[in-house]
Amino acid sequence: MIFEDEPVPGYPLPILPGHTSPGRFERVLRTGLFAVTSELAPPDSADPGEVYQRARIFDGYVDAINATDGSGANCHMSSVAVCALLTRVGYAPVMQISCRDKNRIAIQGDILGGAAMGVCNVLCLTGDGVQAGDHPQALPVFDLDSLTLLETARTLRDEHRFLSGRKITYAPRLLLGAAENPFAHPQPWRAERLAKKYAAGAQFIQTQFCYDVPLLRTFMRAVEDLGILERIFILVGVGPLRSAKAAEWIRTHVPGVHIPDAVIRRLAGATDQALEGRNLCIDLIQEIRSIKGVHGVHVMAYRQEETVAEIIDRSGVLNGRVPWYPGRDPKTSSTRMVS
Amino acid sequence: MYALRQWSVRHARGLNWFYRSFESLLVALDPLWRLIGYERLDRPLAGVERVVKGVLFDCRMCGQCILSSTGMSCPMNCPKNLRNGPCGGVRANGRCEVRPEMTCVWVEAFEGSARIPGGLDALREVQVAVDRRLQGKSSWLRVVRQRVGARA
Repeated sequence: MIFEDEPVPGYPLPILPGHTSPGRFERVLRTGLFAVTSELAPPDSADPGEVYQRARIFDGYVDAINATDGSGANCHMSSVAVCALLTRVGYAPVMQISCRDKNRIAIQGDILGGAAMGVCNVLCLTGDGVQAGDHPQALPVFDLDSLTLLETARTLRDEHRFLSGRKITYAPRLLLGAAENPFAHPQPWRAERLAKKYAAGAQFIQTQFCYDVPLLRTFMRAVEDLGILERIFILVGVGPLRSAKAAEWIRTHVPGVHIPDAVIRRLAGATDQALEGRNLCIDLIQEIRSIKGVHGVHVMAYRQEETVAEIIDRSGVLNGRVPWYPGRDPKTSSTRMVS
Repeated sequence: MYALRQWSVRHARGLNWFYRSFESLLVALDPLWRLIGYERLDRPLAGVERVVKGVLFDCRMCGQCILSSTGMSCPMNCPKNLRNGPCGGVRANGRCEVRPEMTCVWVEAFEGSARIPGGLDALREVQVAVDRRLQGKSSWLRVVRQRVGARA
């Protein structure tokens, strides 16, 4: 599918009626298409070339690229900078903001700055604790939490003012997102928490890795019972597991990732475990896409980003659709450049 | 005192009832507080609060207590200071991601709130960002002033 006004780098799209951002990602979601997003691991480098190289891997397969904000409490290039580089050439980044490293003064500045650089989507996160990363001696800030961060972003966007009340002259036009982990303790509270995030301003949700579809169904039914399934776009997190050993490591060492024994047995029983990991991911996507209220998948393939294209291609979720990427249709761009 | 903190969550219902009565008593004593002067009262009362709530809840003296909305489990004991619910990192056994030796304060809050009438509804309220200027001040006096102000 081609929108008639595909992005020209540096030019925002017109904001359609009922939309809050001038971005492609919101258009894909509101059109009712099955959306695909992925995650770019920011480089440990000051070279913009490395960012573009990491983004190009997803060309033609994703609708938006998440730029992580010191994920796992490890130091990398900042998400604002990665987003600024990506929007320069027309990509649709999701700028992740974590509450771990910045107070409300810095965060509000980043939201304005990101929007000025063409960021249309923001994902509001609490963030991992500093003990998880490579600088455990750092000060954990947590001035805001993910809920108050959402409220802050919504205040900037809808009320055209800072939390202090001071007016801003041009509000950031944003689609606001949040994360949820349907698989973590206390499970009965998770749908309630999503409802709370919706109340605080979340328009889309990207979930933690899903390896347990029955648990996801329970969660989605609970969200439906709360009456918000129709009002929020839920993208379910998926990802390929490299081997049974890797899966075992992840579930014991990465907080919040729930991997059932059956998954590990399936991987362990395969001759090519990496291939089986991708097959499993594809099976999960196909099962997940049929669940009511699922609007897409968020593929997280840390340090195996090259597998995303194959996984999405083989899953068939795009139905032949080719999401926009720089250079996909040069003619459209050049005519719009002239006009 | 981690054990006492857990005791408080188990007795959330009774503590919440006591808290409400105590609050009403403090509000009723408003003329007396006025006579002494609210400003002058803040330090001694904050001292008492620090000791009492410190023992019962491991109180961090944020100065804007929401214990009755969190099942008597103090959210400032969360290493991420989360006041709106648990993060996504809670372990399968309900323990904290950052400090595995303690149960997630929000797992406790969920259990404590279930014991308080209307507690789960209070848990659904979106809490605003913490005002860091109130750190170390008396939360009790603040509540009394707010309630007296609302009554006027």
